[in-house]
Amino acid sequence: MALVLTEEQQMLRDSARGFLDEKAPVSALRKLRDANDETGFSRDLWKEMAEMGWAGILVGEDHGGTDFGFVGAGVLAEEMGRTLTASPFLSTSILAATALQKLGGDAQRQEHLPKISAGDAVFALAVDETRKHGPQKTAMKAEKHGNGFKLSGDKTFVADGQVADNIIVAARTAGAPGDAEGITLFLIDAAAKGVTAERTVMVDSRGAARLKFDGVEATGDDVLGEVDGGLAALEGVLNAGRAGLAAEMSGSAQAAFAMTMDYLKERKQFGTEIGSFQALQHRAAHLYSEIELMKSVTLKALQDLDEHYGMAGIICSLAKAKAGEVAKLAAQEAVQMHGGIGMTDEFDIGFYMKRIRVAQEMFGDAAFHADRLAMMRGY
Amino acid sequence: MSDLETFRKDARAWLEENCPAEMRDGAGGEDNICWGGRNWKFQSEAQKIWLGRMAEKGWTVPAWPKEYGGGGLSKEEVKILKSEMRDIKARSPLESFGIWMLGPALLKYGTHEQKLHFLPPITRGEIRWCQGYSEPNAGSDLASLQCKCEDKGDHWLVNGQKVWTSYADESDWIFCLVRTDPKATKHNGISFLLIDMAAQGVSTKPIKLISGKSPFCETFFDDVKVPKEHAPGIGAIVGDLNRGWDVAKYLLTHEREMISAGGGGLFGGRGIGEIAASEIGLEDGRLADPMLRGKIAQAEIDGWAFLLTLERMKDEAKAGQGVGANSSLLIYYGSEFNKRRFELLMDSGGSEALEWEGERTQDGKLARSWLRTKANSIEGGTSEVQLNIIAKHILRLPGA
Ligand SMILES: Cc1cc2nc3c(=O)[nH]c(=O)nc-3n(C[C@H](O)[C@H](O)[C@H](O)COP(=O)(O)OP(=O)(O)OC[C@H]3O[C@@H](n4cnc5c(N)ncnc54)[C@H](O)[C@@H]3O)c2cc1C
Ligand SMILES: Cc1cc2nc3c(=O)[nH]c(=O)nc-3n(C[C@H](O)[C@H](O)[C@H](O)COP(=O)(O)OP(=O)(O)OC[C@H]3O[C@@H](n4cnc5c(N)ncnc54)[C@H](O)[C@@H]3O)c2cc1C
Repeated sequence: MALVLTEEQQMLRDSARGFLDEKAPVSALRKLRDANDETGFSRDLWKEMAEMGWAGILVGEDHGGTDFGFVGAGVLAEEMGRTLTASPFLSTSILAATALQKLGGDAQRQEHLPKISAGDAVFALAVDETRKHGPQKTAMKAEKHGNGFKLSGDKTFVADGQVADNIIVAARTAGAPGDAEGITLFLIDAAAKGVTAERTVMVDSRGAARLKFDGVEATGDDVLGEVDGGLAALEGVLNAGRAGLAAEMSGSAQAAFAMTMDYLKERKQFGTEIGSFQALQHRAAHLYSEIELMKSVTLKALQDLDEHYGMAGIICSLAKAKAGEVAKLAAQEAVQMHGGIGMTDEFDIGFYMKRIRVAQEMFGDAAFHADRLAMMRGY
Repeated sequence: MSDLETFRKDARAWLEENCPAEMRDGAGGEDNICWGGRNWKFQSEAQKIWLGRMAEKGWTVPAWPKEYGGGGLSKEEVKILKSEMRDIKARSPLESFGIWMLGPALLKYGTHEQKLHFLPPITRGEIRWCQGYSEPNAGSDLASLQCKCEDKGDHWLVNGQKVWTSYADESDWIFCLVRTDPKATKHNGISFLLIDMAAQGVSTKPIKLISGKSPFCETFFDDVKVPKEHAPGIGAIVGDLNRGWDVAKYLLTHEREMISAGGGGLFGGRGIGEIAASEIGLEDGRLADPMLRGKIAQAEIDGWAFLLTLERMKDEAKAGQGVGANSSLLIYYGSEFNKRRFELLMDSGGSEALEWEGERTQDGKLARSWLRTKANSIEGGTSEVQLNIIAKHILRLPGA
């Protein structure tokens, strides 16, 4: 498959860009932050996005979705990254939709996917328990209890966990932390007895929470995929999230870079535009090259998820690692090249730096994925 | 069967029958290249046979027109031929500056007579060319070159010096940039001149590189008389008088495209991690040197992302999208990456990689290759020059 967007995907990109520039520029995120908004995104806006088919971008048409595939989802994530649009797109439309599509039984899909497509339900994926990503480290227990299970444990860094209606949570039905086997995914109603969410106010002003599960009861019907299905099933879902985050960071990095290039052409010091100084030109040209590399691996990861979902792990790691590093560089250079103004809250560039910091940490930073890649490559 | 399928079948059968077994070892590398030329000593009988057969078929330059010694193949057919050759690990029968550079320049700017005269001997590996651009005071700033070329009626009189002329001492002819109008502005007084290296007054002096090899020379021109016509109707200048910069510029882009098209070759063979693992060993499934392991993994990520970028840019070009000046990006990143790759291979090799002579290391093969890669970001436009081009033509930064 050619490593370019199809005409249809380009149209999606163009319309998304127009919409987001108008309805969800960085100032919208700033407003949410300044209002200390508990939801973390605008529900009206999310509803509008759902009406355009974005919320159900990965959902089959039989469940009200637009079935655009991962490249389509990545196109939207990238555009939202450009404008730093706050929405439950990653948690609900990429992670939960992927989990349900790939692992869900008929009843689960029938119940939840139409709500996702309609923008009527927010989902959260709860995986990590420690400060560094490590699905294999899952310790949270799901003990046999009668015909069902009892879930106990803590989760952290759960995107949209403070407002989620439903939570997909990884827990241990067997084995010990560190084992690849024995992990099971459960689909839990956020209102269930024993679930508490503590909103965490994050550096990027996006919604997140720490979740506590205190003897939460689940039945066999709440299991997503197979009991003890292990890491593999979870990794598939995480890979989709990683590629989505890579796409989002790609958009953020490109936007920060564009702002910086504009500034280099406009700001004058020493009697000339600062963009005429070679010290800045070469760094800009280097960054441009890195951004092009990031775009290539990100697109490849999304295409591979569409074409051979089960084998996309290594390329998703590659994309997540590369995008994380490049976006970080883009944010750093943006602040530096803006001089003093880049340090001000009034100026938007800081929002990019903050969001990129969070996105590159989520579901594994560059070191995590470099290690994973080395393992898969046998060294 | 479609025409292309028929072509593939025929090409496969022909290669099967005509490619000598010794030429099917996939060996690349500077030591195994057949460069041709009057002074060429074939490394084996098989190399000679292989060149002869391929040249006769026009397949040393499959895309060139048949009348000039090429194969007259379409782009698709060339692709098929290359893939069939790869499948049997056939060596390239011939490589040369004539094929890479002079040929494309002549095909674009030469007269029909010049093409008929100069191209066929290139395709048969009979005449070897070298490139005389750089001068002691004209490197990155190539257009400031000073090599003097005066009009003396029936001939040109050339005086001056070139430097870094790859393989000048082994070549038969040189294509040169010379100054034909000293009064014109920098870019406007340059011409593209073809000179026989056997002419009176041409001399070369090899320069030894840090790798211990001497692949290039200083080239001197002392009152060299170059006939205006090398043979009746065969002009010595390619393109118009004083418009040599156009030819040079065209060739530079061509050269860049070649480098970027060949970029994949940078990564031929085994991965860095795999090599390191076999040299250093594993502990609990991980490379026994954890810090090096991290660096290698980062490099493999970048290398992979680079290859995908080559692929994406080819696909974008096909789809009519993309930015032309991106070839600078590919050269910049590719050459810097290759240097990084060899640093990591040297790290993996440890002290054994430091042996310079002796059979165990094939006379320091890795060390010499490592040193050779340092030129990647200098030859054909330095990394800094590539960054300047990106800043100017893609980012459109002021004053660049
Ligand atoms: C936290 C903070 C505290 C500060 N406190 C004080 C204070 O107490 N008193 C005070 O007077 N000022 C203060 N400053 C201002 C500070 O000194 C300036 O921000 C700094 O001198 C840079 O100037 P600028 O912001 O105008 O950036 P610019 O000069 O516009 O620089 C923008 C970018 O261009 C680059 N650049 C500029 N010229 C060149 C060149 N010739 N070659 C290559 N690159 C170039 C810069 O390195 C930078 O990356 C403070 C700034 C900050 C962020
Ligand atoms: C292995 C090898 C083979 C070669 N083969 C040939 C050949 O066959 N024929 C031929 O004609 N030439 C050949 N060359 C020469 C090559 O093209 C030149 O070396 C190259 O163009 C650089 O010129 P220079 O060596 O004079 O360096 P300089 O131009 O003097 O550069 C010195 C340093 O200054 C930097 N610099 C220069 N200008 C700028 C600028 N504007 N901005 C920022 N930095 C700058 C450079 O990047 C470099 O780091 C070869 C070189 C090598 C290494």
